[in-house]
Amino acid sequence: MQINMTVIIINIFAILGISFSFYKNKQKSLKALKVALKGTISMAPAIVIILVLVGLLMGFFKPELISKLLGNQSGIWGIAAASVAGAILMIPSLVAFPLTASLVNSGASISVAAAFITTLTMIGFVTLPMEIKELGKRLTLLRNGISFIIAIGIALIMGVLI
Amino acid sequence: MDKNLNNKQKQTGNNMSKNPKAGGQTKNKKQSIIVLVGIIIIAVVILALYPENRDASIQASYNLFMEFILILPAVMILMGLFSVWVSKEIVVKYLGHASGIKGLGLALFVGMMPTGPLYIAFPMASMLLKKGARVANIIIFLSAWACIKLPQELVELRFMGLKFMIIRLSFTIIMVVIMGLIIEKIENRLKPSLSSSVQEK
Repeated sequence: MQINMTVIIINIFAILGISFSFYKNKQKSLKALKVALKGTISMAPAIVIILVLVGLLMGFFKPELISKLLGNQSGIWGIAAASVAGAILMIPSLVAFPLTASLVNSGASISVAAAFITTLTMIGFVTLPMEIKELGKRLTLLRNGISFIIAIGIALIMGVLI
Repeated sequence: MDKNLNNKQKQTGNNMSKNPKAGGQTKNKKQSIIVLVGIIIIAVVILALYPENRDASIQASYNLFMEFILILPAVMILMGLFSVWVSKEIVVKYLGHASGIKGLGLALFVGMMPTGPLYIAFPMASMLLKKGARVANIIIFLSAWACIKLPQELVELRFMGLKFMIIRLSFTIIMVVIMGLIIEKIENRLKPSLSSSVQEK
């Protein structure tokens, strides 16, 4: 449902934008379309890689399995495992929160849950090819690396506070 | 043969020049196609070994493919419009170095808006960087986009509770701002050395 909303809103924006742009200046609009096409082409290989990776991951790590694997883990190893799992998986947030809640229900600690949510949202192992393509290797690795450390930090703090 | 040689020259030439648009793309393209073929082969082998996971895998790929098809063209068109209509001056003014704490706030705020998945934000971020936005602001923008989304927080509230949500969010925001500033420091330290080595050559 969230995906549908995104699709509708972003396409309306794009159509309104390009129409208005053509109304204002045809030359500039054609140039904009050219930029769009070039961007799409240069992104294509990264997109295919992501599609294949996501297929494999989702095919093998179904939500029930994740919750079983991480559910009864706590302590530092639980946090580590949850951070890695969250970094690798790509799950829409609408699914992610119920999944995390079920982790807690099946015995995971709050720290494990926090680590999982934070790396899940902030780090995209699967979308790395795309991020590197757009932002370069150094920035991508820095962002994802530091986010990982932050996630563990937040998890530990939350374990103390809650 | 001839074509290969040409490509090679372009690559080495590009390693020295700082122009990212020149020939680096051919090198990157080659690399990503090699990676692509490798990953597809691995995927085929794995799915052949575990046929029971095949349906779920194909379904997941297909779902994401449909999502990409419906979202990415629009994103790319918006990027194109942005690149043509939004001037460098505007980006520098609102997100550049002089923008200060207001720029940080703006990056955070825009990132929090209810928009799509993170991969939409990458081309945006790269465009903003090229137009002169601060590195720190871009990192904050990306991180806010990733994990401080308003509609997403409603779901978090429902499933994880108010206390969990508030504590996690406030720490995340603080950490994200600090991370942005740290990454910017690292970038700035590395950049001068890079450009000076270019000048030497």
